[in-house]
Amino acid sequence: MPRLTEDPLKTPLIIAGGKPMSANKTGNWRSARPVIHEEKCTGCMICWKFCPEACVTIEGELPKIHMDWCKGCAVCVQECPVDAITLENEEAP
Amino acid sequence: MTVKTSIPQDEKLSAGHLACQGCGATLAMRYALKGLGTDTVLVIPACCWTILAGPAPLMSVGVNVVHSPFACAAATATGVSHGLRARGNEKTAVVAWAGDGGTFDIGIQALSGAADRDEDIIYVCYDNEAYMNTGIQRSGGTPAGAWTMTTPGAAGAERPKKDLDAIIEAHHPRYMATATPAYPEDMVRKFKKARDIKGFRFIHILSPCPPGWKYESDETVMLSRLAVQTGMFPIYEVEEGRFKLNVPVAKRKPVAEFLRRQGRFRTMGEPEVAAIQARVDAAWDALNKRA
Ligand SMILES: Cc1ncc(C[n+]2csc(CCOP(=O)(O)OP(=O)(O)O)c2C)c(N)n1
Ligand code: SF4
Ligand code: SF4
Ligand SMILES: [Mg+2]
Repeated sequence: MPRLTEDPLKTPLIIAGGKPMSANKTGNWRSARPVIHEEKCTGCMICWKFCPEACVTIEGELPKIHMDWCKGCAVCVQECPVDAITLENEEAP
Repeated sequence: MTVKTSIPQDEKLSAGHLACQGCGATLAMRYALKGLGTDTVLVIPACCWTILAGPAPLMSVGVNVVHSPFACAAATATGVSHGLRARGNEKTAVVAWAGDGGTFDIGIQALSGAADRDEDIIYVCYDNEAYMNTGIQRSGGTPAGAWTMTTPGAAGAERPKKDLDAIIEAHHPRYMATATPAYPEDMVRKFKKARDIKGFRFIHILSPCPPGWKYESDETVMLSRLAVQTGMFPIYEVEEGRFKLNVPVAKRKPVAEFLRRQGRFRTMGEPEVAAIQARVDAAWDALNKRA
């Protein structure tokens, strides 16, 4: 065991955000999927704002849900002010 | 094309975390980090967030995390803060991030000490109103009448929720605030503001929990909003003793609208609902006198 006084004061081995949890695909938790109906969507991005998974992105004019991580909680369905998102049952493969 | 949004777009919460569907505590962290930024260290005692932060080396938050024993989030954060400051780092925000069990009950001694010494930390309690990570046991944050694993039967929890905010305010903190995920702009603003204050700061977040409160996961934000609009969870801040109501509720909804959506209050009778309504009415009389 090195003595404390000889401790090389190394930086932590785990770098914050170095290996994000996104390696863990939670999409297979889902039993129902949210579907955005683009003709109704106004691009207000409220679904992005309230997604507990941070799996909605807003690079384009309309939001995009990333199904690799969406758990199907349906918060976005509930919060969409113009009912542009519906919940559809997932089919077993 | 760049979209305009009411909260910052930079994302420090990573998808793939292990929270239950619709977890309010993940929304709380998402907004907190938007306000705090990356120059932050989180100190997390035993709670759901111990798990949600990720099994090392995977992490769901893009900031450093120190895991602490259950009773000593505030003491550990104190140590981290002193260590950083001793090395000349005055900037990094040191944030204790604890549940209601870790705050109202088991960590209250360390919390009281840190508040009294005016330690340079932000203490956050995300309050899901029970010990959720171990399967829904009653805490000092559980409201009267709520079913939990340790308060079974139709009557639910006997004792009213502990008034933690009054306890904290009695310590004369530099800054204290309440927040809840239905009001992300308010929450982000409060974390930004708290970050720039030196000394002891406290933020109490009401954090709906689908399995613990027994409601469908899509109603997390709705319940968070109803808690405010029924007056059950007022949104305010106190800065150097000055009180400010941040979300005025002109016409409060009946508390039943909040209670009746949750399975944990399923067996509550009308007299009990009326008693809670009376308590909320009285609390608002007192609040309105301060505002
Ligand atoms: C000293 C000690 N006692 C008990 C536990 C077991 N334990 C881990 S998390 C937890 C519940 C924490 O409840 P709370 O602080 O409300 O956070 P939540 O899980 O609800 O998010 C308990 C009892 C522990 N880790 N350490
Ligand atoms: S269903 Fe839930 S996890 Fe999926 S995009 Fe909507 S809010 Fe996000
Ligand atoms: S038990 Fe509740 S607080 Fe814990 S991860 Fe699940 S929803 Fe979130
Ligand atoms: Mg809890």
